[in-house]
Amino acid sequence: MSAIDAREAVTRAHRAEWARVVAALTRRFGDLDTAEEAAAEAFATAVERWPVDGVPPNPGAWLTTTANRKAIDRIRREAKRDDKQKEAQVWYDDDPPEPLGAIDDQRLRLIFTCCHPALAMETRVALTLRMVGGLTMPEIARAFLVPETTMGQRITRAKAKIKAARIPYRVPSAEDLPARVSGVLAVLFLVFNEGYLATGPDTDPVRHDLTAEAIRLTRLIRALLPTDGEVAGLLALMLLTEARRTARVSATGELVTLDEQDRGAWDAALVAEGHRLMRERLAAGVAPGRYQILAAINAVHTSARDIRDTDWSQVVALYGQLVHLDPSPIVALNRAIAVAELDGPEVALAAVDRLEDKLAGYHAYHATRAELLRRLGRSQESRAAYDKAIELAGNTAETAHLTRRRDQLG
Amino acid sequence: MQYLVSVIDDGTGPDTPAEETAIDAFNDRLRAEGHWVFAGGLGSPEAATVIDNRGGEAVFTDGPFVESKEYLAGFWIIEATDLDVALRLAAEGSTACNRKIEVRPFR
Repeated sequence: MSAIDAREAVTRAHRAEWARVVAALTRRFGDLDTAEEAAAEAFATAVERWPVDGVPPNPGAWLTTTANRKAIDRIRREAKRDDKQKEAQVWYDDDPPEPLGAIDDQRLRLIFTCCHPALAMETRVALTLRMVGGLTMPEIARAFLVPETTMGQRITRAKAKIKAARIPYRVPSAEDLPARVSGVLAVLFLVFNEGYLATGPDTDPVRHDLTAEAIRLTRLIRALLPTDGEVAGLLALMLLTEARRTARVSATGELVTLDEQDRGAWDAALVAEGHRLMRERLAAGVAPGRYQILAAINAVHTSARDIRDTDWSQVVALYGQLVHLDPSPIVALNRAIAVAELDGPEVALAAVDRLEDKLAGYHAYHATRAELLRRLGRSQESRAAYDKAIELAGNTAETAHLTRRRDQLG
Repeated sequence: MQYLVSVIDDGTGPDTPAEETAIDAFNDRLRAEGHWVFAGGLGSPEAATVIDNRGGEAVFTDGPFVESKEYLAGFWIIEATDLDVALRLAAEGSTACNRKIEVRPFR
């Protein structure tokens, strides 16, 4: 086996096994810190050993065993160092090795601990990416444009709180489960959105690493909670959005809106998978939640051959349903955009203008107004709205798109 | 594991009779389910005195150690297996006493 093959095997094992190793160690040693460091050491050992010794027949088992040994070494070193025999206090799990289903259950525990509501949202995101996703501290810091030390402190503080306040390492009770699952989904959606509409003047408009990671983790949750409708809905929403990723930004780094996208460039396999998930949810016959409705809207768009072929009445109806669940002004804004296609720009503009109080600081509000005013031939007002949108937009591709649209005005 | 459950008064004023009844019922439940350690309501912050005897001569200062619109109005000390249990109890306590609540673990 070549060194390159062995390195690829480590990368593959990292994707497939990291969360499993961290989860198993957290269960055994009752401590996230120990689990994280021992897992990292085990993977570092794999990078050294596998090119020389060959890839073990069961990489996951090899990594778990190695990480276990590293954790015990670490605990012994610490016990010796402060001479207090801390070893005796560490809780060892004497249970026999668990069957595969139970191991998956451990990863689920890990996710619920990282997404605990007693932690700040930004902390939940960082902790999930580190412990479940296996991203390194510099990677996470880069993703959220904060210095590495800041991100390091955030994660260290979170681990300390989990320990001191005894945030449990288990799947929540049935009465807490729905709220806690939606908390996990919120974390994953945030990671996806940060990837999909990355902010920052020098940042790539789409951070594929983050969208891919969010999809991977949502797939994992889906495998662990296969009957949860909102989990399926969020996965479908991500897949149908991701399918359009390459068509959404032009070669020159400009945002391409839905009506101008080359639909042939959409990823057909992702679209098919998203549609399949939505059909499954329809067949389940359970009232859809927020993510399922958003996915359904995306399913309408991805079913249309071109923008004129889009079933706008269906889109407006779905947004109407969404308004009932989530009466936020942003949902109302998106509904108005669909209304423009069904009832014309004048009706839509009236609806958009009613949102001014709440959305005056949001670039998409001004961008929407600018487009509607353009269609109504009110160029001067349209230009002013583009100016405002450009000033507020944080995404480089959006800024480029808005600038071009503004400069097209006569 | 024990948690300090602090009741924060942010201008709500003294307990109403309805709140006191609800707190009594909540306390009974804490006792019945084995979570009860201790609880008490506190006098107003104006009744507080700060003492500093680190220099060998006790200095007394009238009033609380920190002037704030929000202050500690009372507390529970509860026994709970983990934070999820403590948070669920604290959520019920917040409804019972009609105030914000902070949950903090003992070391």
